[in-house]
Amino acid sequence: MAVAQIEFSKELQSFVHEWKDKPGSLIMILHRVQQEFSYIPREAAERLSRELNMPLAKIYGVLTFYHYFKTSKPGKYRIAVCMGTACYLKGGQSLLEEAGEILGIKGNEVSDNGLFSIDAVRCVGCCGLAPVMMVGDEVYGKLDKDKVPEIIAKYKKLG
Amino acid sequence: MVNAKINGIPVQVAEGTSILAAAEKVNVRIPKLCYNDDLPAWAACGICIVKAEKNPKMLRACSTPIEEGMSIITHDPEIVAVRKTVIELILSTHPDDCLQCPRNGSCELQTLAAEFGIREQPFRKRLKDLPIDNSTGCLILNPEKCVRCGRCVLVCQQMQNVWAIEFLGRGESTRIAPAADVRLADGPCIKCGQCAAHCPVGAIYEHDHTQEVWDALMKSGEEAKTCVVQIAPAVRVALGEEFGLEPGTVITKKIYTALRRLGFDVVFDTNFSADLTILEEGTEFVKRFTDFAAGKNKELMPLITSCCPAWVDYMEKYYDDMIPNFSTAKSPQQMMGAMIKTYWAQKANVDPKKIYSVSVMPCTAKKWESARNKDMYSSGQRDVDVVLTTREIARMIKQAGIDLVNLPDGEADSPMGPYTGAGTIFGATGGVMEAALRSAYYLITKEDLSDVNFTGVRGMSGIKEARIHIKGTEVRVAVAHQMGNIAAVLEEIRKAKVEGRETPWHFIEVMACRGGCIGGGGQPYGATDEIRNKRIRGIYHDDEKSTYRCSHHNPFITQVYKDFLGEPNSHKAHELLHTHYEKLELYNK
Repeated sequence: MAVAQIEFSKELQSFVHEWKDKPGSLIMILHRVQQEFSYIPREAAERLSRELNMPLAKIYGVLTFYHYFKTSKPGKYRIAVCMGTACYLKGGQSLLEEAGEILGIKGNEVSDNGLFSIDAVRCVGCCGLAPVMMVGDEVYGKLDKDKVPEIIAKYKKLG
Repeated sequence: MVNAKINGIPVQVAEGTSILAAAEKVNVRIPKLCYNDDLPAWAACGICIVKAEKNPKMLRACSTPIEEGMSIITHDPEIVAVRKTVIELILSTHPDDCLQCPRNGSCELQTLAAEFGIREQPFRKRLKDLPIDNSTGCLILNPEKCVRCGRCVLVCQQMQNVWAIEFLGRGESTRIAPAADVRLADGPCIKCGQCAAHCPVGAIYEHDHTQEVWDALMKSGEEAKTCVVQIAPAVRVALGEEFGLEPGTVITKKIYTALRRLGFDVVFDTNFSADLTILEEGTEFVKRFTDFAAGKNKELMPLITSCCPAWVDYMEKYYDDMIPNFSTAKSPQQMMGAMIKTYWAQKANVDPKKIYSVSVMPCTAKKWESARNKDMYSSGQRDVDVVLTTREIARMIKQAGIDLVNLPDGEADSPMGPYTGAGTIFGATGGVMEAALRSAYYLITKEDLSDVNFTGVRGMSGIKEARIHIKGTEVRVAVAHQMGNIAAVLEEIRKAKVEGRETPWHFIEVMACRGGCIGGGGQPYGATDEIRNKRIRGIYHDDEKSTYRCSHHNPFITQVYKDFLGEPNSHKAHELLHTHYEKLELYNK
């Protein structure tokens, strides 16, 4: 059995079409695919392999090299704990552990209800607020691990 | 030319030569792990570092071209210390179970550790906990042993153009795996085993079937089966290497004796069934070619050889539009298997169910072929029960305490033992083509060639072309080996088809491995082009000293057709000796 087909939006289709023959555009195309699906579904990688006439192995070589690309669907709320130098020194690790413990998941995993996923990320660009954790696009700064439960509770309530 | 010095010794080499190669020219051996002669320098391991005078940096000898006036130091206490540290670091992520490792005694990392006198492991052990993939039944991928030298990936992608494996992840968590972490059997892998042949350690190796064979040989009483064995052309010129002989030494008759001493009841030779393949495939070619010349079934030209199972697998996955062009003739291994359990079983009055059929092959993909589809059960049983590689039979011979090199000569059994020179050259690139042409000429003209040597299809160049004149008709042939070279040929055929031009060639031979079967994935480790050429010379030497050099001259082949098969491409021949192909998906999961 071959891998199932996947629908691309019209915009994504024309994006792929525009760039597929230009060398060196795989990373950019993958960004665009992840923008559409919030990760790179296997079916999408297969479709790119056909349309770009590029071995699937090559595509996976690239997309597993960069932490940014996800191969599994992240949670509805993506928790990103900064492990940049400043945040790390100010206790980023303990935020990560606390969030992981509350949700019962590790980095790159998704909570059972599909609501949350956790990633340790590099500098998110607000070192002045260290240590920092993001949930989706929301930044929470100057945290300590005791503040993590209420942040997570807030999103849990939103569902 | 570039003039430089290695440890004060003057050396002159062509521009672009690496420091590593230049050093070897003046008999200085720089240790290496990731570098392999077949592959571009990858500079992954860092063991080949050297110093250049007036340069504060250490250079990687494998990937740095030597320059005019350079003065290189390859060995001093500091360099040796750095290399030792590199080895210790590699060992810190490598298991210590050398004694149970399939590469025990042939591991390049083990050899380096021995040469550098590693006695301690100063770094904390950080082993990877990754699952073993034994899904193919031919090759086993054990990522825990991987030193990430990259050879297998380069082989699979660049030499073979298969793309079954890739580096996934990054940094310390880099691993060698198929795309999306599917199992090897669910991806594009063609089981050619070139990854295993190039792996310096025990991270990819052949699935060992020796125990099954021992069990069959040891059985007695009611359970005992008649154990019948066949050996492939390329085994006879390489097995000796495992016992200290020069590559290319032809030891066919000693192998026959060794197989009998191992306990096989009947010894046949795949060279015989290679002759049979030629009669079947040659007849198929002549039929298609005559039709073509008469303007019929033009799309069935060119005919493409199908005796290489890795190539069959590749074609079914990557070029299924070529299925109609594929010879339906089975490979010599499978023809022999079918004949053993039908013709010979009848003749010897043995119940086919009571026959255990073993083949000894230079190839890992042959293991897969033996159960490829239901055609491989044409006798009503599995035609070939188990396939051993050259490396596996070497281990069995050693375990049995057989002094192979000094054995007396033996003979294969009649009627499926005696072979012609055409059968033996199946083991080298161009050999199947040459053997087929020798007989096709006869089949078309009913005359024999005065000179049977078709030297144009021999040799190591990746794609070889030749034009042969058969009584005024020109036959255009192409020969490709090493899977990465095949695409260029097939794309030409596709292009001609699209543009409505006549096919550029009438007959095409393809072998997946560099040099053909003599360079197969199951052959003794360490093949280089020098070794491949020696094995090839052994093959042609065997051909030249043969009494008969054309398959149709083999008196036992004539007998088999007379007694049993009728004539080439007969109904019975089709039932037993031919197969079919189907499109396979690149990824099953």
